[in-house]
Amino acid sequence: MSSTTYTAPAPATPPEDEPRVIDPGLAPSDRVFHGIARAIGVFVLVLTGSIGLFLGYQAIPTLHRYGLNFFIEHQWEPERDIVGISSTLLGTFEVAFVALAVAFPLALAVALYISEYAPAWLKSTAISLVDLMAAVPSIVFGLWGYFLLQPNAKFLSRWLHQYLGFLPFFHVDTDPDAAVWAQSRYTSSALIAGLAVSLMVIPLACAVMRGVFAQAPIGEREAAFALGATRWGMIRTVVLPFGRGGIIGGTMLGLGRALGETVAVLLIISPDFDIKFRPLEVGTQTTSALIAGRFGEASSSQLSALLTAGFVLFVITLGVNTVAAIFVGRSRSGAATEI
Amino acid sequence: MATTTAPPKVPTEPSAEAPTAELPRERPRALRSRTTEERTALVGSLLGSLALVWLVFEQLLAWSGTLGFLVCWYVVFLVMFAAVTGMANPWPVVADRLMSAAVHVAALFVLLVLGSVIVYIVIRGFPALIHLNFYLKDMSGVGTDDALDRGGVLHAIVGTFIEVAIAVAVSLPLGIGTAVYMTEVRGRLPRLVRTVVEAMTALPDILAGLFIYTTLIVAFGFPRTGFAAALALAVTMIPIIARSAEVVLRVVPGGLREAGLALGASQWQTVRRVVLPTAKSGLATALILGIARAVGETAPLLIVSGVSTFYNANPVQDPMNSLPLFIYTAVRGGQNQAQTRGFGAATLLLFLVLVLFAATRILARQRVGRR
Repeated sequence: MSSTTYTAPAPATPPEDEPRVIDPGLAPSDRVFHGIARAIGVFVLVLTGSIGLFLGYQAIPTLHRYGLNFFIEHQWEPERDIVGISSTLLGTFEVAFVALAVAFPLALAVALYISEYAPAWLKSTAISLVDLMAAVPSIVFGLWGYFLLQPNAKFLSRWLHQYLGFLPFFHVDTDPDAAVWAQSRYTSSALIAGLAVSLMVIPLACAVMRGVFAQAPIGEREAAFALGATRWGMIRTVVLPFGRGGIIGGTMLGLGRALGETVAVLLIISPDFDIKFRPLEVGTQTTSALIAGRFGEASSSQLSALLTAGFVLFVITLGVNTVAAIFVGRSRSGAATEI
Repeated sequence: MATTTAPPKVPTEPSAEAPTAELPRERPRALRSRTTEERTALVGSLLGSLALVWLVFEQLLAWSGTLGFLVCWYVVFLVMFAAVTGMANPWPVVADRLMSAAVHVAALFVLLVLGSVIVYIVIRGFPALIHLNFYLKDMSGVGTDDALDRGGVLHAIVGTFIEVAIAVAVSLPLGIGTAVYMTEVRGRLPRLVRTVVEAMTALPDILAGLFIYTTLIVAFGFPRTGFAAALALAVTMIPIIARSAEVVLRVVPGGLREAGLALGASQWQTVRRVVLPTAKSGLATALILGIARAVGETAPLLIVSGVSTFYNANPVQDPMNSLPLFIYTAVRGGQNQAQTRGFGAATLLLFLVLVLFAATRILARQRVGRR
């Protein structure tokens, strides 16, 4: 390992005894390996960290100018120097909430189906299908949502309004029972955008969940069966507790995706800057759709405002994901897998 | 992992078909098979609920709508199935069958939705796809609403390929390297990297575009080119690849690593010969997830890559169009022919994804589908 260089002949006095080094330290190849790995890690750290720094730096002038009003104001009219993101933030969460409410049970069920219920011959096909669904571009889901889902979903919206309209969040500002009901009041809504986004969340969350479920220890599974558990009993007592970190982590990952989804939402919604929590009604706005929609014609001050909105989105998703990371870190998934 | 244990459940499908009365002595409970009682309850509840819902829904209440009918059928079926099962079985069995039914139906539902997405896109795009010029021409000099036998999307196809290739070349080594660093090297720095990368996984795509825009284009004065777009894609891909690769590397059993080290291998050799091969299919999935994001990523491209109508294979000069961007601009206008072109391009994008996807699957074939 260590190269001995040949030096002058040994001196007359014998050298003192030295203790042999027991811990040889890292092999040179490993030192190189560690060095390269660390370099890559630090580079990625700096790169991802600088996204936040750059956006934050660009946000300073706007925050300086509008101060706290930026978060309270709900209009976005840069021409009149009124800029605020409260309605936009509400819309962002509205869409993400709808998407998660639909996607979470479905993703969990599909993940359970693949890892526990599917017959062996179907399993790899099903995994491929979910991965394929994850691979379907968001613009394709956007097209589907805009051209196929929207004309059909307005009937669902109207039905919800008709029968559950007494709930404030199912209210729409029109008469659902009119002979010629105002169809356009039910389109381009947060509900439809959320449904389209949920299709992008499902495969993402499902892939994470399935990965963790598949790692649930075989010994504990068989122990549950040996104690007489039914299949669901085994899932409830072994697979779900084992995979809790994966369930939360996958859902959070999906939430991050839903908060930041741009194109599908941009295609479906019609911009509206009112503060309201009525997902069935036409018009909403999300942060990312705002940025994408207004970016083209923005002047430099507007650009700064948009970048500030981006920074806020960044901070929110960062918070969501940090919480997710804490949950996942606590789970025992994969921490002590034995051979 | 897969090398040590046999599949946990012994398939007992043929024997389970045997009638129960014939065998008085003990036999193992077949987990995957259904008893006659369960099968009868299932079919009976299905038919019974269908008849009941048809009667009430169509005849008595005169409601309409396929979706409503299916939802009612499903709910009534669940109730009926639970009741029938509950007559002869204890609660755990009822819960088991209910959950089984719910999970199966949910999986089927997701499959149907996915199918409807693909079929709808292909049907709408078909009129554009049958013209050969759609694949061989670009849109320069062609109006957006011109007939489908003029113009095409060659420029967008080439642009997508170049941009994604550059993005993968940048992000794959960085992503996997980061994952290896996070799992194989101990210390405080890897933990910090993990926290930040995990937090960046769900970085909204549009922010990556904004980042590249503020640094590369505003600060350094680069023009809007395909290369800038590719870098934006790489920024979105790196955390995704790193995170998903880390997850699969983390579940490689520690015992395998220790076995490698105990045989005298250095850590690098262990990582290369033991850890990475063990996690191969997971790494392929990580790459798929990354490419999946990148190939259809539209938002960052809206910002950093200009829209063009002409063929351009040079990523560092002039704007470069890509399929998602083309689709977006095509359907946004509301013109009929343009929309058909957009759907045609979307079909191509889907096909592209499918091919990429199949290739990655074949590469990692050996370990696909194991527990």
